[in-house]
Amino acid sequence: MAAKTNRIGLEPIVYKGGKTTLCAGCGHNAISERIIDAFYEMGIDPKQVIKLSGIGCSSKSPAYFLGGSHGFNAVHGRMPSVGTGALLANHKLIAIGISGDGDTGAIGIGQFVHLMRRNLPIIYIIEDNGCYGLTKGQFSPTADLGSTLKTGVVNDLPPIDTCALAIELGATFVGRSFSGDKKQLLSLLKAALSHRGTVMLDVISPCVTFNDHEGSTKSYAYAREHDDPVEDVTFVPYFEDITVEYEPGTAQEVTMHDGSKLYLKKLEEAYDPTDKINALKRLHETSRRGEFATGLIYIEPDRDDFLTQLNLVDEPLASLPLERVRPGPEALEEIMDGLR
Amino acid sequence: MSSTDLAIQEQHAARKAHRVVNDFSIQIATVNGSGSQTANMVLLRSILLMGVPVSGKNMFPSNIAGLPTWYTIRASTRHYIARKKEVDFLVAMNPETAKEDVLTLEPGAAVVYDEPLKLNALRNDLVFYPVPFDGLVKPVCPDAKLRRLVRNMIYDGILAKLLGIDLAHMEQALGKQLGKKAKAITLNTAALKAGWDYAEATFTKQDPFVIEPMKETAGKILIEGNAAAAIGCMMAGVTVLAWYPITPSSSLCESLIAYMKKYRVDKTTGKATFAIVQAEDEIASLGMVIGASWAGARSMTATSGPGISLMGEFAGLAYYAEAPAVIFDVQRVGPSTGLPTRTAQGDLLQVAFLSHGDTRHIMLFPSSVEECYTMAQEAFELAEQFQTPVFVMMDLDLGMNNWMADSFTYPDQPIHRGKLLTAAKLKELGEWGRYTDVDGDGIPYRTIPGDGMPVYFTRGSGHNAKGQYSERPDDYVDNMDRLARKFETARTRVPKPEIDRAADAKIGFVGYGTSHWAIGESRDQLREETDIKTSYFRVRAYPFNDELAAFVDANERVYVIEQNRDAQLLQLMKLDLSPERQKKLRRVLHYNGLPIDARSITDEVLAQEGFEVVKKTGRSAGSSAGMTGGE
Repeated sequence: MAAKTNRIGLEPIVYKGGKTTLCAGCGHNAISERIIDAFYEMGIDPKQVIKLSGIGCSSKSPAYFLGGSHGFNAVHGRMPSVGTGALLANHKLIAIGISGDGDTGAIGIGQFVHLMRRNLPIIYIIEDNGCYGLTKGQFSPTADLGSTLKTGVVNDLPPIDTCALAIELGATFVGRSFSGDKKQLLSLLKAALSHRGTVMLDVISPCVTFNDHEGSTKSYAYAREHDDPVEDVTFVPYFEDITVEYEPGTAQEVTMHDGSKLYLKKLEEAYDPTDKINALKRLHETSRRGEFATGLIYIEPDRDDFLTQLNLVDEPLASLPLERVRPGPEALEEIMDGLR
Repeated sequence: MSSTDLAIQEQHAARKAHRVVNDFSIQIATVNGSGSQTANMVLLRSILLMGVPVSGKNMFPSNIAGLPTWYTIRASTRHYIARKKEVDFLVAMNPETAKEDVLTLEPGAAVVYDEPLKLNALRNDLVFYPVPFDGLVKPVCPDAKLRRLVRNMIYDGILAKLLGIDLAHMEQALGKQLGKKAKAITLNTAALKAGWDYAEATFTKQDPFVIEPMKETAGKILIEGNAAAAIGCMMAGVTVLAWYPITPSSSLCESLIAYMKKYRVDKTTGKATFAIVQAEDEIASLGMVIGASWAGARSMTATSGPGISLMGEFAGLAYYAEAPAVIFDVQRVGPSTGLPTRTAQGDLLQVAFLSHGDTRHIMLFPSSVEECYTMAQEAFELAEQFQTPVFVMMDLDLGMNNWMADSFTYPDQPIHRGKLLTAAKLKELGEWGRYTDVDGDGIPYRTIPGDGMPVYFTRGSGHNAKGQYSERPDDYVDNMDRLARKFETARTRVPKPEIDRAADAKIGFVGYGTSHWAIGESRDQLREETDIKTSYFRVRAYPFNDELAAFVDANERVYVIEQNRDAQLLQLMKLDLSPERQKKLRRVLHYNGLPIDARSITDEVLAQEGFEVVKKTGRSAGSSAGMTGGE
């Protein structure tokens, strides 16, 4: 019997990475699994993918998925600049960056802010557990006000809502999910691969070792009880001939950059993820209740991304031949003439 | 008439008879933001057009408008283009500094000044030419708002008449400076003439300084080092620039942007063969450069000392991950506010070891605008061949001042991308490891994303020869030793020093960068004034090659001349030299923010050689107390 393959003829094994060295039960491992599923199901060629990360538990995880792709474990909080440079060199690459709540919200907040502003075509995932794992459990800037460490230390500073920040700054695809919600996370990741622009996904990903106790707002138990989806997300890629039928008025359809479709089924309350002000309002309202909104929070499918704005030649800059990157002798002569 | 006055008159007469032709310095003291840059550039270029070797240096404050600024122009029949310590001809336009400017002149100097300042009352051993600038500018420029900007052009007219510069050359230079701005050209030409006419009608030439036509500048260009470096980068085929504005490097990036928009946009499609990003800070700039080079682009950034400090962590990552990067450090004085617009060579030690852990970086030291152009290209070649950051160590003097130079020559070599793994090479090797030293030179083969070759996971120090994650002690040591081997290979491939051995010289000079010009002049002074012969070793790159030790051996004493306080190059030399050789090293240091000058070097060397030296005083006197004794 022939092995199962995807639409470009690759087996699932090709999308796997090295064995994880993270703790058993770590939310990050589940996210890695969903990334493997999404890239396999979307039929993305791993050789065209670059995996980027900063420093921290989250940033180790690119070694655990897509073993056939180039990876770059950069310095703490500075992965956005490395990813930006790589995409400038070769705009045909598909970039996925894995960060953490400390890597993004603290040391990396500057680069995060400017990445969102630029709308660079990259999938940027925050594996969000509200604490520093590798340095043994200190609070991070996404920890909620009043949440406690295992030692009983109470967090007395308000959290940074990375989704609200990303929307405010110009990211064009902003979502939040929970590592334990397989269906929602997979749909968001597949949709992310169809988007052209910055995708920012904040994924609540509990730390089983340092932040999974009573009093934590980033524990498995808390996440399960306070997850408040804004809609039910169904993604249909452009290469699948499927139409999803909904009763009129019960779902919103969004067409992605590559022609794929997102069907967003209404839950109790109507939600329009293309309405920026409403998206920010919902994030604030949900957090005031002590819950967190998940799903596709905001999308702007049509805005030009950073690389498009740069009006680059079609070929990757990295592989342009000499005659296209060195002007001829007449150019130098013209410059010299102007200086005499 | 007193006897003193009589003596001065005689002095004047004597000077008139001996005439100083094409060999003097002019200093123009103005207020920042008053349009003096145009007038100064026109004066500079008009002397060039007279065929006279010339150089110009701008000493400006960290300010947009209002603070004092000085521009010095030096004409030199002997092609000396370093700053001259003494000012021979002063144009005093700034009330705030006029008094001090006049008081620090050498006797016999000439002064053109704004009449209401009454500077002639200050001294009686100078030649004064009072000019009523406000009165002259009014009829020329009816629009009162523009007068402040046009006023400076009047001193060009005055100087043209007094020095003998052809007015037609001034007008030609003005056209070059203002381009197609017809209204500005009309106004400034009128101001130029008004100055000329006033000088002709009013003054009798009393000073000895004159410009006479020569034929020494045919085909020469005037260019700032930053623009020269930018042209070099474009010719090197740079495709990615990420930068953050900082004086004195911004104009390197801005020049490059202008050239790239003109020459590197595809004419048929209008699309760019380059990407330029103004990053959020210098950290992000270098991050982008590393990301781009990792993905195969020729990438660069330009900054100054404070930016270099911020780049430290990424520089170390690039060293260990072996990502190419070209980084221009246009050096300036110190951190934060203070003297950010003054020159220095103060970043050598910081850059040589930039980052944590054991790191060593390649540095190139251009001395001239020609070398800014050629070394920009060499930097990209070395960065890709060695898969490591390469720092081009310029300074504010070189980067932001206009230098006379021969036209640049078109590169005669293609570009070399270094050891990129190909299918053929992979077949030959059988097995590929990202950090495997196949050729014994410490340089491994690399692959880039999207090239279809084997992939690897890029990290800092924790990897084995295959590029796999490893914390094993032997893997770490192997990798560190290979990196050291790579640096040893670099010694033989970086630009070689320029060595000038004088027959029977016992003294050697070592210098680099812009100090070169003052060093050459100082060697002439020492030979002509005291019959001291010197040999000279111009460092053009770090790591040094083995010629350095041989040079030290060939001399009894070696003076290392630099523009910093801590003898930074000398400290680097000591790491490579035996204790016996170290004992021969002497320091000549200059660190007051002004470009180094020959007289300061000569005086300092003579003092250390045991001569009695009467040091001339002067506001711009620059020499620090160099330290005597051995190292």
